[in-house]
Amino acid sequence: MPPPTPAAPADFRAQVERLRPYLLRYAALQLRDTSAAEDAVQEALLAALAGEANFAGRSNLRTWLTGILKHKIVDTIRRQSREQRAPELEADRDAAEFDGLFDSRGHWAEAPEAWEQPEGSLRQKQFLAALEACLRALPERTARVFMMREHLGLETPEICKELGISATHCWVMLHRARMALRLCLQTNWFAK
Amino acid sequence: MMLLSCKETTRLLSQGEDRGLAFGERVALRVHLAICNGCRNLNAQFKFLRLAVKQLSGDGDADKPA
Repeated sequence: MPPPTPAAPADFRAQVERLRPYLLRYAALQLRDTSAAEDAVQEALLAALAGEANFAGRSNLRTWLTGILKHKIVDTIRRQSREQRAPELEADRDAAEFDGLFDSRGHWAEAPEAWEQPEGSLRQKQFLAALEACLRALPERTARVFMMREHLGLETPEICKELGISATHCWVMLHRARMALRLCLQTNWFAK
Repeated sequence: MMLLSCKETTRLLSQGEDRGLAFGERVALRVHLAICNGCRNLNAQFKFLRLAVKQLSGDGDADKPA
């Protein structure tokens, strides 16, 4: 594969179009809603075509488009969370949620075992499908915060700002997501 | 010095992925991890989760031409 070259105006649109499936998948992973993902991608592509001069082959086209899309996704999340600002109820349940994993002194009732060759799993389609199923099983708001952190790569202050939640609440939800995902993968993949 | 339970350790390990931990927290974690297999495994699994999510969108190889 040759390295990306500066895009000629004539085929810029075609190159951008070719990346649409990737961008749709990227958006859907965060937004969990196909039509919202399509809207975000559409807005990103319009912005990209209007801002073609800014690209000028400076970076990988996919990286550049993903950066634009990320902003559109955050816009969508901001709109959604303004519409449905829920009280911080989910956080209150969290404290007790993983109590069953520990004894009364807070030590493991059943300590996590090492996963064998987890990196090898990353190349397996079935593993990625299992991970996606585990993500879908998370409560919606927990999944949203986790994916903003790990998929969009946002820092916690930015996540807190967009969702109007405290840093502490953010960390509680991220902890909860990681514990739940670990448990889900243990059960559905690594223990099999 | 602060002695951590496993439960507290899981919380700090998670926060270590999201914020800079204070010196005292890092020391307490290191002491706990030195003696606790389960929490060491959990720590590796948290880090693996980060890699795995990047792989979902194909971001793991974002710098290679598509």
